[in-house]
Parts: sequence; C-alpha cells; structure tokens
Amino acid sequence: MTHFSRNLISASIIALFAGMGAAQAQTDIKIAMQLEPPNLDPTGGAAEAIDSVVYLNIFEGLTRFASDGSIEPELAESWTISDDGLVYTFKLHDGVRFHDGTTFDAEDVKFSLDRARAEDSTNAQKQLFAQIADVTVVDPLTVQITLSQPNGALLFNLAWGDAVIVGPETAATNATAPVGTGPFRFVNWVQGDRVDLARNPDYWGPAPALETATFRFIPDPTAAFSAMMAGDINVFSGFPAPENLPQFEADPRFQVLVGSTEGETILAMNNKQAPFDNVLVRQAVAHAIDRQAIIDGAMFGYGTPIGTHFAPHNPDYIDLTAQSNYDPELSKQLLAEAGLPDGFTTTMKLPPPSYARRGGEIIAAQLRAVGIQTEITNVEWAQWLEEVFGSKNYGLTIVSHTEPFDIGIYANPEYYFQYDSQPFRDIMTELTATTDPVKRTELVQAAQRMIADDYVNGYLFQLAALTVAKAEVQGLWANAPVAANDLSAISWKQ
Amino acid sequence: MIAYILGRIASLFISLIVASLVIFMVVEVAPGDPAAFMLGVNAKPDTVAALRAELGLDVPKAERYLNWVTGMVQGDFGTSYTYRSPISKMVAERLWVSLPLAIYALILSTLIAFPAGIYAASRRGRIGDLGVMAATQLGVAVPNFWFAMILVLIFAINLGWVSAGGFPGWDKGFWACMAALTLPAIALALPQAAILARVMRSSLLDMLDEDFIRTARAKGLTEGQALWRHALKNALIPVLTILGLQFSFLLAGSIIIEQVFYLPGLGRLVFQAITQRDLITVESVVMLLVFAVIVVNFLVDLTYAVVDPRLRARH
Repeated sequence: MTHFSRNLISASIIALFAGMGAAQAQTDIKIAMQLEPPNLDPTGGAAEAIDSVVYLNIFEGLTRFASDGSIEPELAESWTISDDGLVYTFKLHDGVRFHDGTTFDAEDVKFSLDRARAEDSTNAQKQLFAQIADVTVVDPLTVQITLSQPNGALLFNLAWGDAVIVGPETAATNATAPVGTGPFRFVNWVQGDRVDLARNPDYWGPAPALETATFRFIPDPTAAFSAMMAGDINVFSGFPAPENLPQFEADPRFQVLVGSTEGETILAMNNKQAPFDNVLVRQAVAHAIDRQAIIDGAMFGYGTPIGTHFAPHNPDYIDLTAQSNYDPELSKQLLAEAGLPDGFTTTMKLPPPSYARRGGEIIAAQLRAVGIQTEITNVEWAQWLEEVFGSKNYGLTIVSHTEPFDIGIYANPEYYFQYDSQPFRDIMTELTATTDPVKRTELVQAAQRMIADDYVNGYLFQLAALTVAKAEVQGLWANAPVAANDLSAISWKQ
Repeated sequence: MIAYILGRIASLFISLIVASLVIFMVVEVAPGDPAAFMLGVNAKPDTVAALRAELGLDVPKAERYLNWVTGMVQGDFGTSYTYRSPISKMVAERLWVSLPLAIYALILSTLIAFPAGIYAASRRGRIGDLGVMAATQLGVAVPNFWFAMILVLIFAINLGWVSAGGFPGWDKGFWACMAALTLPAIALALPQAAILARVMRSSLLDMLDEDFIRTARAKGLTEGQALWRHALKNALIPVLTILGLQFSFLLAGSIIIEQVFYLPGLGRLVFQAITQRDLITVESVVMLLVFAVIVVNFLVDLTYAVVDPRLRARH
C-alpha cells in the first residue's frame, strides 16, 4: 500500500467518523415528572399526570392545544360551521391509523364522543360535551356535530385530553395499554418507575426527531435534584424544588425554563358561610393579603400576581391586581364597616401542595395582622374533595385551579365557593352562545371584572411552569397551557 | 415440638383474621371517596356514581369485606381502583425490587454487625470495644434517609459511579440491578447493623459472665476459645429476634429509602395508594405485609427451637 492511498484511507475514515458524529444526534430522551399517572386513559380520570404522558404523544383529538394555548387542527383537517352556529362539519385527515393497525375514520369520532357524553360515562370533564346533541357520520372522512345551542368554545373543548379519539376495539384497555393515533406508541409501563414510548413509524404527520422517550416518576424533591445532577434524566417537567433552580441556572450543563400555567392559585372563601357572605368581609380579606410575600415565601419568587380568575398569558386577560392591593389599614376599616371591628375566627383547610401549605402559613399571619384568626387544618386531597369541595365545610382554603379557561366555574352556585350571581351567569350564557371573537373578548373581560368587583375569592398568583433540562435539549414548551409534554417538538442540538 | 409448632400456627391464623378486620375498618373509615378523587373537581355527580358502580363501591361494606377476604384466600387480591390492574401482579412486580433490597440489606447488615459485635465483646472495655461502640452510636443516631442523601451526593453526583436512583428492571441484567440496589442497601443496612452489633455485643457479654463460661475457662480454654465455642451459640437468640424484626422492617418500612432513590418498591406502592384513596390496594398490600411479618416471626420462633434445645424439650 502506498503512502498516498494509506493517507487517503485514514482521511476517509476520519471523515466518516466526523460525518457520523455530525449526523448522529441523540434520539432518545428521559423526561421526569413528580407524579405518576394512575392509569394511561385520558378519558377516564382527572389526574393531570395522565395527560402529561399521553396527550399529543399517544392520543390525538380533532383539535389540539398549541404551545401558546391557541387551538389548532389535529385529526380534523378543516371544518365549516353553519350560519346558526349549530352544525360543525369536520373533514378528517386521510390515511390515519391507530397503533394497532386499524384505520381511523368518522366512526371512531362518533364512537369517542358518544362514549364520552353517554349516560354511564366516567369522563371527568363531561361538561365539555354538554351542548352536543348528535354526532353523525356523513362519510368515512366527514363527521358532523350538531349542537342543542350554539357553543363558541366547541373547538376549544374538543382539544382537551378528555376529548381525544379512541378506537372502539381498544377503548376498554387504554388504562393500561393505550392505543391512539399519535406520533408515539406505548411500549411499556413499569408501574412506580417509568413509561416507555417509541416513535410510531406509520404516523400520518411529520415524523418526530426522537425515536424513543421514557417518562420517569420521581416524587421526592431531593431525589429530583440528585437525578438531574447525576445525569439520570434529561428533562424534569414541573421541577418540584424551586429553591434549587438558581444552582441549575448557574450551571452551563443545564437550562431552566420558567413559564406560565393555567393554574390560578386562589384563597377560596365560602361565600355562603358567615361572615364571608358579606362582600365587605371578602374585600377586607383581599386587601389583607400581600401577594408578593406569598410568592416569595412559598414559591421562591416564581409566580405572577393575579387580580381575577384568569391566566395572565391569555390575550384577553386584564390586570386587576390594583383593585385588591395590599392595604391592611383599609382592610381593618372594611372589617369595622362590616360590623366586625375586632375581626373574627375562621377555619382554613390546606391541601398537600406546597403553595397551599407554605402559602397558608403566610396568609394566616397576614390575616392575623388585621384581626382575622385562622384555625389551620392540613388535609389530604381525598379529604379536601370530601370536606371542602363536597360538603363545603370550610371557611378558607387555598387551591390552584389548573384547568384551562375555567372562569365558568363561577356560574355554578353549587361550586365549593358558592358564588351565586345571576348577572355572572347571564354573561356566561351569552359567552357560550357567542362565536364572534371581538364580542367574546368583551364578555370574558366583563366576567373577569365582575368576580373581582364581588371579591369572590382572594386571587393570589398564577402558578409557574418550571422545567429543568440539559442545555442541548430544544423544542420544550416553556409555558404549560395544558398538561402536556409534546415529544414531537423535542430534539437534541447536534 | 409438634405441639409447639401447632400452637404457633394457630396464633398465626388468629393474628391474620384480626389483622384483616382492623385493616379493613381503619382504611374504610378514613374520609375520601376513591371515585370522587379520580374524577377531580369538574366531575358531575352522576359521573361519580357511574364510576362508583364500575368499581363496585356501591356494595355494602360487610359484603365488600367478605368478598375481599374470600378473594384473598383464593389468591385473588382484587383490582386496583386507580391503576386498573390486578393487585397481585402489581405486588409481584414490586416484590422483585423490595425483597432483593431487603435481603441485600440484611446480608450487609449481618456481615458488618456480627464481626463488629464479636470483636467488641472480645475486647471488652478496651480501645477496640470503645471504637466499635462509638461507631454504632453514630449509626443508630443518624437517620437512614440523611445517610442515603450523603451517599447519593458522593457516589452518584460527584463520582458518577452509579445513578442517583431508579431501578433498571431484572431484564436489564443482574449486575445492573445490583448496582442500582447497592446504595439503597447500604443506607438501609448501616443503621440496622449498628443496632445488631450492639445487641450481639451485649448478648455475648452477658454470656461471658455466666457460670458455664467460667467452667470452660477453668478447664483451660482461653477467653477467645470460650467465646467462640460456648458463648456465641447461646448469645444468638436475642440476635435472631432482632434480625427477624429487622427483616420485617426492611421489607415493609423501606418506604423513605424507596422515596429517596425513587425505587418502584412496595413501600411506594402503599404510599401512592394511600394518597389516591386506592382503598383496595392499601388493604391488600398491608394485609400481605402483615402476613409476611407474621410468617417471619413464625420462622424466627421455629429457629429458637432449633437453636435452643430446651424449647423443643419443654413443648
């Protein structure tokens, strides 16, 4: 062998390796979350952890949420709405298959929606389908939804994880072996440890960059920190130890994403229990609260103050925080006006999350400063649901409402804070029937103002979405407009 | 001997029946409806009712208890409310983590404690004894989860020898699993070893003061020979008792260590089931753990009889 050819060969070997190095970006990812989903069927439970794993990855709906919270077409290619707003005709994507090989068509849409709204349905968000009167199959790729009354939020409702399209053959077993139409298919679930997904080779849309993905469940904040630092995981979605974030921010190996969620954290007041049935008392409570102190003390500074029950990242949001600014003197004055110059004693029931437990202690101290004494009880979620949410046996409680666009809960006088206002219900009824975007914005803003004027609850802050990831991971959602980890957007920098 | 064993078996059954009643009552009395928990805050009352019917929660409690017990006797532990999978399968999967971990920790603990205890006893009052005692004092005082975090900091984060937690699964090979279990096993074993070593030492020292040891010394054995040939065997009963208790603890009580190392073990299953009001899973797993503890105690009782001939003779 001559010198020349030997050089040539080594050069080409080097080029080959260099080329391989450039072309071979990592195609697997390990994403950790704090809570493990109890099962993997998004249509059969309210746990957000279910959607965090399967929504957009395994299961798809007619429409979907984008990373900014807007609604985009998914399995429905396009749609037309009748002039009276009652009939929606969806044109479906052609060539879509479920992971078990069966074809997706209009029959599956009809089956899924009928199943979700059926009498004996166990769908946790059945109210999404309340206005649907009928679902008709026009042809295999066309489906028609007829409403009993116009609903401006239908496309939004159909984007929820609870409205995904499932196959009739596999609907019953989705809890443990989910089968959908998404870009990733289910591989394995080691309960208590991880869920493995792999790219769906027959996906109808653009192929994702990742080949495999593993979701791991690490409940302990200290363990979450160690696992990230030791490199066991690549991404931690919903990082549970905000006190450690500065350490990750200072480390070039990592990136920290701080975004917004749909979680309005409120100090809920029992509007039908004395003395909270008096708007002056509720106003006094609102002015006794120093939001920034709670955000700093309970959330290590992560969170956006809110003055009403609406997400600040939404274009329709109005900042009403000034209306319930921190003013203990005004608060005392209001209490005196309400006939309670010496304050009063009430109960405060706190569910497990740290925003409630830590935040509750701070709020109790702030309320004490204006003369309101609180008896704090720590409760588990199941107990909270029974005592606070079910029997309404409480004075104050702290909870984060994480459903997107959930201001409608104020229209239900039976809801646990028991706000009973006909004018508010009128706004909501009109909103449901309105499809014109400009008019909708007006109505949504009127609704925000009304609950702020009535001081229904103490509005604290919007929960932050905290994500820690390896610096090379790109395409992660900073904001969490819905519980989701959209794997098809994620890739590794080369 | 036969009467002794029969007596033990009878008490084993009575314990099981009482335990099943107590567990069922305590779990059912706790507030919180599993169906309402699963469906969250937006669910309509009829949806909750539909799910309650689907889960079999609308059946009267007495009937549910009987169904549960008869099911267990036939080896059917029911289906988890939230996971929707058979509990026996879930428990079996978790046992493949918890049981090896408990055994691993027990072996480590014994390997450390026996030599340390015997060495300390043989050097009574001297510097070696004091050293062992000081070390065990520290081992008893330090909480195992704190020790676990220190181990993670050194071996996973700084040195990068092992991962900070998790369990690869036995299909990934024996050594990968042993590597994953090593730090948790050490964290579990050291405090146990400290207790065991102290028991071993004091039990041996009690024996060394006995008349028969003096006799053995008088017939010409050295202190070491007397210890190994005569004292050790007699000192084992209290040690075995502690060892039995420790095994039960390691199997059922490693929940905090499982949390620190995010291992999918039995402890975490119970913890998760409690927070999610997965009542049937809590009941069945706790019942299984009670069964395991009772059986371990039964086996320890039998070992007494093997170690101590007087027990055999008496019954």
